[in-house]
Amino acid sequence: MLSVVVFLPLLVGLVLLAAPRPRDGVVAWSWVAAAALDLLLVVGLWAYYPAAAPDTGLGDFAYEERLLWIPSVGASYHLGVDGFSLPLLAMTAVLFLACAVDSLRQRRRARAHAVLFLFLQTVSMGLFSALDLLLFFVFFDLSIVGMYFVIAGWGHGRPTRSALQFFLYTFLGSLALLLGFIGLYVAADPHTFDMVELTAGTPLEGRGLAGGLVLLAIGVGLAVKTPTVPFHTWLPPAHTDAPAVGSAILAGVLLKMGTYGFVRIAMPILPGAWVEYAMVAVVVGVVSVLYGSLVALAQTDVKRMIAYTSVNHMGYVLLGLGAAGLAAGERPEAASLAVTGAVTQMVSHGLLTGALFLLAGALHDRGGTYDMGSYGGLAARAPRFAALAAVAFFGSLGLPGLSGFIAEFQIFAGSLGPVPVPTALALLGILVTAALFLRALQRLFLGGPGPCTARVGDLSARETAAIAPLLALSLLIGLAPHFLLDRIEPAARALAALVAG
Amino acid sequence: MEEMNTIALLPEMVLALASVGALLLGSWTPRHRQGRVRLLAVAALLVALAVTVAFAVAGVGSHGGGYAVDAATHAVRVAVFAGVLATVLLAADTLDAHPRASEFHVLLLLGALGTVALAGADDLLVLAVAYLLASIPLYALVGFAKDGAGTEAALKFFLLGALSGILLLTGTVLLLGAGGTTGYAGLASALPGAPGALVAVGTVAVLAGLLFKAGGVPLHFWVPDVTEGSPVPVAAFVTTVPKIGALVALYRLGDQVLAGAALDWALLAAILSAASMTLGNLGAFFQTDARRLLAYSTVSQVGYLLMAVAAVDGGADLARPGLLFYLGAYLAANLGAFAVVHALRARTLEEHTGLFRDHPWLALSLVVCLLSLVGTPPTAVFVGKLTLFTAALEADLGWLMVLAAANTLASLFYYLRWILPLFRPSREAREEVERARPRGRWSTGTAVTAAAVSLGMGLAAGPVLALF
Repeated sequence: MLSVVVFLPLLVGLVLLAAPRPRDGVVAWSWVAAAALDLLLVVGLWAYYPAAAPDTGLGDFAYEERLLWIPSVGASYHLGVDGFSLPLLAMTAVLFLACAVDSLRQRRRARAHAVLFLFLQTVSMGLFSALDLLLFFVFFDLSIVGMYFVIAGWGHGRPTRSALQFFLYTFLGSLALLLGFIGLYVAADPHTFDMVELTAGTPLEGRGLAGGLVLLAIGVGLAVKTPTVPFHTWLPPAHTDAPAVGSAILAGVLLKMGTYGFVRIAMPILPGAWVEYAMVAVVVGVVSVLYGSLVALAQTDVKRMIAYTSVNHMGYVLLGLGAAGLAAGERPEAASLAVTGAVTQMVSHGLLTGALFLLAGALHDRGGTYDMGSYGGLAARAPRFAALAAVAFFGSLGLPGLSGFIAEFQIFAGSLGPVPVPTALALLGILVTAALFLRALQRLFLGGPGPCTARVGDLSARETAAIAPLLALSLLIGLAPHFLLDRIEPAARALAALVAG
Repeated sequence: MEEMNTIALLPEMVLALASVGALLLGSWTPRHRQGRVRLLAVAALLVALAVTVAFAVAGVGSHGGGYAVDAATHAVRVAVFAGVLATVLLAADTLDAHPRASEFHVLLLLGALGTVALAGADDLLVLAVAYLLASIPLYALVGFAKDGAGTEAALKFFLLGALSGILLLTGTVLLLGAGGTTGYAGLASALPGAPGALVAVGTVAVLAGLLFKAGGVPLHFWVPDVTEGSPVPVAAFVTTVPKIGALVALYRLGDQVLAGAALDWALLAAILSAASMTLGNLGAFFQTDARRLLAYSTVSQVGYLLMAVAAVDGGADLARPGLLFYLGAYLAANLGAFAVVHALRARTLEEHTGLFRDHPWLALSLVVCLLSLVGTPPTAVFVGKLTLFTAALEADLGWLMVLAAANTLASLFYYLRWILPLFRPSREAREEVERARPRGRWSTGTAVTAAAVSLGMGLAAGPVLALF
């Protein structure tokens, strides 16, 4: 079943590729249909997800599938979902559907565009359900290849340069990750790449330096993808030059591969090393929060600004996970709260940033520029656009009632006990984010018209249909988060217990 | 000494008979109808492949007489025969009506025979003979076009080859003096007690010969010139197939003879590996000619392959299957890339601009083959690199693994320099080339097949690895 969910998009993509010269409309609608069907299947997985028993340990996965793949190196095709992966799978399916709807009028090499995104969807779904390190790595690497072609093929500005930088930089991260995985493989007895077996065995526990080095390799690999300061420098150019849907997927889904790796691999397989070096994660997280928000504040390009707020938002995730490592021993409640918050933040950021980038794309389609100074007074000309953007901005800065608040509140509540000073510093980040979003809101939508204002009309039905559901989901999570937290919390509790040892 | 099982050498005999047969057939065939020699060569290769597969399945083997037929020899035979077959098909585009086509095929078959013999040899004298058989036909092949660049390349190739051949023979003599025998089994027991300096000098001299065949640093200087100067099918063959024999020979030497000797074999091989991958990459960085780029990339690939030779001692049970798998994967990817170059007759990277729009299948094949050379999953070289990285770590060569990973990253840069223009809108440059020279149908087919094999071997890595 899970394999169907993962490979359905790719299958549709291959059919499209094999079809003799399909019309653009057919391509676009089959893409939408495939994404919608995949979302429906994920909703099915969600609905029939077995109710968690109170003492569920990590390592209990639903819908598991396991086939031999490369037995001589102990790698298997092993899929399964738990409370961490299911919400991310759902978010991925939603976001890809939104991008499919948004691209209904794509005319530039429409077929290759659709096939590439269907491929990326398979890769992303596969990554979030992989339970084998090698399989995880394969999907991790393929996501880079897919996104490289999206930026190089459909970007604007200097796309080839940005795409090259993106590929080289994130490939560096993936190689570091591979080295870490090989370290885990060699340390395990018997040698295996299976995450479940490695979680049960924790082969590098109490091995001092070896555990630290493997955590360093895996941590660097994931930090490049996340990205955190100081590995974030690929992000702004990639986002600036990527097409809007590409940015939405890059920020909404691909960045989560890094943070998801921390909760799926780094923490459960290397719990001892994680506890020992948790302070590093906390510091990196706080620096990302502050640096990301301050640099975002200085931007005049709306897309770059959103890109830097991603660095800021991913910083909260790392802060929460680091704090969970420090709290695990004495305060398991705080640790599980922080982990829950971190995972909620991944989902929330995916929805909100996806919406923000699609909105920025709509703006660029009309005005031809991302420069905030060129616009002004848009609220009167494009009320629907202004309303949706306002919701997305407020959600992103953490206003209660939207998903961002639920996530960040839990992270802060969980982190304040174990690491009071860094948490207090990170709170300043919220303040700066609020300032920058409000300022952007003023510049774009209020005040007198700018030179490009006249060209901006309101959102079309297609764009509204793509963006509004993302914000509606964020609102739903903000008002009634239980349906989501019920899935995440058991897994978070189990992870906190595992890290506590 | 064990008795030799003559039947086990049937594939080699088929090849030898076929080359003699091809020579005779070519001599009695009119110059404009040399195409039938190609048919003979293809048939002989198919028969040899079939026999090899049958032997491998039935477990036919032989030891003694200075020649080992085991799983590694079977794997090398399959790879070499498939590689020669691909080269013959690749060359069909340009050699179809060539008056000297029979020469080409005879030399190719003889070179392949030498390559297989290199891999099977477990006696230094057999190794030396195999070296000569694998080298001399290639000197002639490189100069096949009889043009200026080809002659220069052939001369350079020949001089360096003659030098390293002499070194190989010198090394053989020194090791004979140290161990009293040239057989690997005898040397393995005698060398640990022999004078260290003598063994070291002998080993280094033998290594030089094999490194020349493999195209590894420091005997790699011929690689770029030969690749650029010789006809593309010859370049594809020379930079791909002899490596298979040479690297398996290096592995055998390390595994069976030198693992216990006084010399630090692992360190020596690791240094050579590190030098090859790094210098090859540095050379490839700013090449604008597709063939020179591929030439330097093959030098760096030898570096990764040498990791297996370095890891032979660490009890790494992954080194041998990893090496054989990587060789197969490299064969497919490298031949595929050369096939694309041959199909388009394009020389510079710029001339590939817009290829995706004009010939999507060729462009996709090239992308798959180049990404495979990088080692991107799910292509075959990824699995090869993965197993060799793991083998290196298990053999306590962590630094080599990290260096190989860094080199992999660096190599991505120049492969991407080639991939990028494929998707740009085409410019005048390529259209002119296009009009002047129609693209080759045989080489297009070879390229697509090679790309499919690259992907297929990666996806079905489990069963393939289990064979070794």
